[in-house]
Amino acid sequence: MAVLAVDKLRKSYGGEEVVAGVSFAIAPGECFGLLGPNGAGKTTTLRLCLGLIEPDSGSIELMQRRVPGEARPARVRVGVVPQMDNLDPDFTVGENLLVYGRYFGIPEREIRARIPRLLEFAGLAARAASPIQTLSGGMKRRLTLARALINDPDLIFMDEPTTGLDPQARHLIWERLKQLLAQGKTIVLTTHFMEEAERLCARVAIMDRGRFITEGSPRELISRHIEPHVVEVHGDDVAGWADGEARSLAARVEKSGDTVFCYTADPARLLASLSQRALRYLHRPADLEDVFLKLTGRELRD
Amino acid sequence: MSPYALPSLSRRFVPVWRRNLLVWRKLVGASILGNFADPLIYLVGLGYGLGSMLPPVGGVPYISFLAAGMVCSSTMFAATFEALYSAFSRMHVQRTWDGIMMAPINLDDVVLAELVWAASKSALSGTAILAVSWILGLGHSLLSLWVLALVPLVGLTFGALALAVTAMAKSYDFFTYYFTLVMTPLNLLCGVFFPVEQLPAAFQVVAAFLPLTHAVALARPLLLGEMPDGIALHVLVLLAYTAAGFYAASVLFRRRLLK
Repeated sequence: MAVLAVDKLRKSYGGEEVVAGVSFAIAPGECFGLLGPNGAGKTTTLRLCLGLIEPDSGSIELMQRRVPGEARPARVRVGVVPQMDNLDPDFTVGENLLVYGRYFGIPEREIRARIPRLLEFAGLAARAASPIQTLSGGMKRRLTLARALINDPDLIFMDEPTTGLDPQARHLIWERLKQLLAQGKTIVLTTHFMEEAERLCARVAIMDRGRFITEGSPRELISRHIEPHVVEVHGDDVAGWADGEARSLAARVEKSGDTVFCYTADPARLLASLSQRALRYLHRPADLEDVFLKLTGRELRD
Repeated sequence: MSPYALPSLSRRFVPVWRRNLLVWRKLVGASILGNFADPLIYLVGLGYGLGSMLPPVGGVPYISFLAAGMVCSSTMFAATFEALYSAFSRMHVQRTWDGIMMAPINLDDVVLAELVWAASKSALSGTAILAVSWILGLGHSLLSLWVLALVPLVGLTFGALALAVTAMAKSYDFFTYYFTLVMTPLNLLCGVFFPVEQLPAAFQVVAAFLPLTHAVALARPLLLGEMPDGIALHVLVLLAYTAAGFYAASVLFRRRLLK
């Protein structure tokens, strides 16, 4: 039984379709990644699933309840880590958890029993009495994660959980998310860090302009959409090489600024050609980011 | 759900109300000073200072006349400030409402919590002025205890009206219009400082439709130990303004936040 089932979901703002017919289902215990460039409709999709906004059409079932009609009781079993921190700035770390637990109608004694464990989990055990303003960005994110767990949810929505964090903070969040998955929790996360999706998600969907353009495990998507080898080439006369010889040696050649990306199933001749020239290059296996850029294009999105 | 549906009233507002209470408790000193000092200075300064030059107003010393006006006026201002500036901070600047609504709490619950909170805080302000007038011996009949029931209603009325304004505000600057165009005229036309009967006839007609007039019309006789005339009408007017303001606020907040 799916913890979240979405069918033919649509939502427009001012004539522009932000979510344009999205369907998916999430099984219990799964980590599902929603990838997409800025403005692809990821956050709107999450807000629709939580019943915070109403769809123009389509159906949503969250924890076996119809959304938005029964969104409020459905959210009893759901935790949310929003994209923008909205911790309560008037309170300390501990008070944030206490006050948030009350919103779920959890008995006071139960909340107070959970707080030390959650602070421990978030690595904030020593900061219970600290005002929010004294926390670093990484600490705030971890507290937001702890807050999302105050009701011991079955399903956790995370909207870009590591955006703006340094590598240490990011790895710590990933570590904690893996622990939650090991406990059997279901996670739906949006991100534009492909590494994050590859590490955490058994299944990802790439979203662009309101639609899912592909869906599967990271490995499946790489083998389905892209040649297995990538050679990135830099150098002064790289442009001439890319327009000439490279085309006959690689299945696909893409230019981005001063870098040329060559995609191929058989890199041997390409590498031989490069070794005779004064071009710097990096040979690596194709990853999810290559798939993402191929499917959504390289131009900037704002 | 249509944005025009009637607001649902649920006890779920209580934890949100308690959130505001917890913040208030942390800043209780500044908060009490801000709420009490201003109206108190008006009451004592105008009441004794200006009052010493005036003949009795409505058969009583001016400060006794003014006390009921100040109770209503300070309640109105306290509820309005809370429902404008503080609610706007929580909704728009701090995004506190966004966080709350990810829990099993609806926008309707949050709006109700803000209304009851504004009324609670303003009731404290009005009650303090009432207490001062008791201490100064300006009103000491048992009837004046009814003002304790009136003050929360006045807080609900002006809290509800101010929330509707907050729902339309793009920034704090917007509230200047409300103070200039609504609050100041209310404060001067509704019998707070002088009897409404002193105004030109046209203004008296306007005043008869304003909610503060009806609040003062109840508070003044009660404080002076008399039974007010037309209690039902005055209460109904205050309830009608409360209901209209709360409904407008609910609709406007939904249209703003649930898109």
